[in-house]
Amino acid sequence: MLSIPCPFCGPRGEHEFQWGGEPVTRPVPASEVSDARWANYLYLRTNTKGRDRELWCHAGGCGQWFTMERDTMTHEVFESAQISLGRIGA
Amino acid sequence: MTGRRLSEGGLIDRARPVGFTWQGRSLSGYAGDSLASALLANGVRVVGRSFKYHRPRGIFAAGVEEPNAILDVTVGATHDPNARATLVELREGMAARAISGWPSVGVDVFQALDLLHRFIPAGFYYKTFMPGWERFEPAIRQMAGLGTARITPDPRRFETRHAEVDVLVVGGGAAGLAAARAAVASNVSVMLVDENPVGPLQWSGGVIDGMPAADWAEEAVKGVAVLSRATAFAYQDHNTVAVMERRADAAEGWAADRLWSVKARQVVLATGAIERPLVFPLNDRPGVMLASAVHRYLAQYGVLVGAEVVIVANNDTAYGTAAALLAAGAKVTIADVRPDPGPVAALVAGARIYPASTVIGTGGPFGIIYADIGPVDATRSDQLTARVPCDIVATSGGWTPSVHLFSQSGGKLRWDDGASAFLPGAGRQSQHVAGALAGANDLASCLMSGHEAGRNAAAALREAGKRAPRLTVPRAEAAPVATPLRPYWFVPIAGARQWLDFQNDVTVADVGLAAAENFQSVEHLKRYTTLGMATDQGKTSNVNGLAVMAGLTGRGIGEAGTTTFRPPYAPVSLGALAGQRHGSLYAPLRQLPAHAEHRALFAEMREYGGWERPAFYPQFREDPPRTIAREAAMVRTEAGLFDGSSLGKIEVQGPDAAAFLNLMYYNEVANLKPGRLRYVLLLRESGIVLDDGVVARLAEDRYLLSPSSSHTAGVLAMLEQWHQTEYPAMQVSFHDVTAAWATFAVCGPRVGDILAKVETDISLATLPHMGIASGTIMGVPGRIARVSFTGERSYELSVPAGYGPALWRHLLAQGAAPYGIESLSVLRAEKGYILIGTDTDGLTLPEDLGMSGPLRAKKVDFVGRRSLATPDALRADRRQFVGLLPDDPGFVPAVGTHAAMMVDGVRRSLGWITTSAHSPATGRSICLGMIEGGRARIGQSVSLFDRGRVSRATICSPVFHDAAGDKLHG
Ligand SMILES: [Zn+2]
Repeated sequence: MLSIPCPFCGPRGEHEFQWGGEPVTRPVPASEVSDARWANYLYLRTNTKGRDRELWCHAGGCGQWFTMERDTMTHEVFESAQISLGRIGA
Repeated sequence: MTGRRLSEGGLIDRARPVGFTWQGRSLSGYAGDSLASALLANGVRVVGRSFKYHRPRGIFAAGVEEPNAILDVTVGATHDPNARATLVELREGMAARAISGWPSVGVDVFQALDLLHRFIPAGFYYKTFMPGWERFEPAIRQMAGLGTARITPDPRRFETRHAEVDVLVVGGGAAGLAAARAAVASNVSVMLVDENPVGPLQWSGGVIDGMPAADWAEEAVKGVAVLSRATAFAYQDHNTVAVMERRADAAEGWAADRLWSVKARQVVLATGAIERPLVFPLNDRPGVMLASAVHRYLAQYGVLVGAEVVIVANNDTAYGTAAALLAAGAKVTIADVRPDPGPVAALVAGARIYPASTVIGTGGPFGIIYADIGPVDATRSDQLTARVPCDIVATSGGWTPSVHLFSQSGGKLRWDDGASAFLPGAGRQSQHVAGALAGANDLASCLMSGHEAGRNAAAALREAGKRAPRLTVPRAEAAPVATPLRPYWFVPIAGARQWLDFQNDVTVADVGLAAAENFQSVEHLKRYTTLGMATDQGKTSNVNGLAVMAGLTGRGIGEAGTTTFRPPYAPVSLGALAGQRHGSLYAPLRQLPAHAEHRALFAEMREYGGWERPAFYPQFREDPPRTIAREAAMVRTEAGLFDGSSLGKIEVQGPDAAAFLNLMYYNEVANLKPGRLRYVLLLRESGIVLDDGVVARLAEDRYLLSPSSSHTAGVLAMLEQWHQTEYPAMQVSFHDVTAAWATFAVCGPRVGDILAKVETDISLATLPHMGIASGTIMGVPGRIARVSFTGERSYELSVPAGYGPALWRHLLAQGAAPYGIESLSVLRAEKGYILIGTDTDGLTLPEDLGMSGPLRAKKVDFVGRRSLATPDALRADRRQFVGLLPDDPGFVPAVGTHAAMMVDGVRRSLGWITTSAHSPATGRSICLGMIEGGRARIGQSVSLFDRGRVSRATICSPVFHDAAGDKLHG
């Protein structure tokens, strides 16, 4: 079981968390985005093997979304960070 | 002669006899016995039949590695259909039976299969029965078979526990104890787990630091949290170890077994090693046992398994067994594959030793009565040096370190020629290895490596600059100088049957066949021959099998590699994995505030989206269709009462509430006036309809959302995610207040009469359709919303949940007739109101539901908007929501019935029915469905295919009752 460091609550067990996948930037204004680019945003992910930045939510705790760097091969966790008031993935 | 109990020795309590039965026969053992030791003490030899050839098999080992003694064990109400007899502690009244052999283990009609063994080699079942396996499988399984689980509930209680420790030590042998002792000296928290009731130092003898090993062991664990009878069976990420604790002596009402999830900052693996047998012709007869097991039965249980023992070995450790047997009065003959056993021979004065020899054959009808000893290079079975009468052949082919947990943790293994074993290589987690697992082969070196591992674990936790406490290495007397083990994998006699895997009946010849058919990779070897795939997971057979394959393919064993070790290390009961999460605790249902009132009305309660809700309220001798028809008719003609408390209520507050919700919903909600409601859709970013519901604006900066009952948590999660990750600067917050309110809908033509008798300061006369107002109801704070899910004039009354039962009883007393979900479902179908997830699926867009108006009016870039403008969303042939009227008004087609018609000369399905019901309002059957280009096909006739019956229906508008909506506004 992974130990995940919530930036608000500290390290907690994996079962308290929900995985949110890779942070993606929503292309805006959406009405001017091509079909292809919109489809990429909806469905295409890099699916990195190795160290990667991901979104996680402490769903069974404080309810906050945050980003975390994790090695998708070894499950080694490096660091987590609060989401700033800027836009995710930016 | 077979096994017998000695008059003294062992850790059993001879003052406490324990009665048990074997195959219905009453036998007796002692407290401290395992089921296996008690059976051996009673002279039982045959405990089962082999999986494939139905050959008689006896107890082979003394621990978790036992391949043969898998028994059906009952104690009181507790039943284990596949208990490993070596791990079962004997209990008064225990009933043990063989799981194989029909009609009995002594007489097995399928034994004839053994005569045909030449014709059923590895892969036989695959090759012969593969076409139509499903027809042959039941009979084949019956012949092979493991135990049969009972279908009655398991009465035992199971628990799950969590622990966090600084150092977890796995294994309570000399190395594990030395590690725990060293670690705890540094003042860190230490937990030690071991699968046995008592550790091996309790019975192995020996002297440590000048005291008996058993006393030293007691001293070593002072301050350590010790879990015995606890098997660490999985080593997961981030140093989490799953431990199964068996608590056969748990008091009444306490958990029988506990599943521990132990999170450790440092782990010391001292999991030991399992002896592996030498392989020789007819080595599967009852009476062939591991040498270490023979020793353990003697030392721990006071059981001499045989009077005349042949030991066949390639290393020194079996000489300890020989010495113990001699001391107990047994006659011992040793066949050593090494040319000269060296100094260790001094331990066994009185035993005949045949050097450079092995067993080349055994004989006996059920169990062994003699062993043939011959040269290691014998190629024919008649090359025997001596035929030695015996009842036990004890074998030792070296030791296989228990690398399972280390390997599960991500550690790499390396083949060590000297130890003739796979040893731990580079590890990946915060861990240390010690003892026999790390290749130590005597007591002194086990203590040394355990001590070091414990100190290193503590040092890794120590703050920089702090000094380690002084603690000396525990000392034991040195063993005689060892003569190296000589690898020897099987006897080169062609055609002899030599078993590798006893539980799955895999022989050297089967591996040869796999090699010849090019299944040479270890993973192929395993799956083709089933080597190591039985419930013992090949603990005694894997390395032998790999060595045979490596030899046949001209590779080194390290080069051939080993298969992947996966959890669990030993079988784990499903009950323990489930813990308390079963039955009513598996997914506890939520109950309505007026639950007791519904029960008092004899409501049929069913589960809907995690809530226990009334399906309908049957009257005496009324069947469900009649109940539903009656309730629906009451709503249309009189007044109905519905408990809608489970409907979601999410409060949204903040200066940006309106702007934020407008970015979420498909419909415009920012221009909603306070005191008004709007029916809305919520989409995913892909445009798919996620939920529908009602949004109420309570004030400029305050909204109340009502998602459907089962989607409330999902909708709240979606709002949070969008707010936090996409629009974090917006000032808005969300709160689920569903449980705080009881909400009842009163509806129907007589709704005014009912509500006239409800005391409230809210003016119903001025409350418009889709309006909401706050005030008091029967003297408590409440809200009334005018919104309808039935098509009738309808008011929703909400009061704090605690007042729900009283309000329900009051409304009931005024003559409102209660109706349940199933009746509501008919009422909403008559009006063509969709039910998300029933009438829609994972492809449905708002336009498919005929709701395109809001999109044209709205300017904001709400969630999913862009997806409504893709080529796929704009296809003309998308399935659309329509009604269908069967030509036969009495026929209600099943949901899922396909509707077909001729299109361009081909008859094909255009879609299917999503809702069907008998409609009391129209007096006939009605259907809703999703039909390709459906709205343009209104008036057309289709064929319905319902479970073989073909009928016809006409596509129509989905609204069957009061299409103009006069009743809502009246
Ligand atoms: Zn948190």
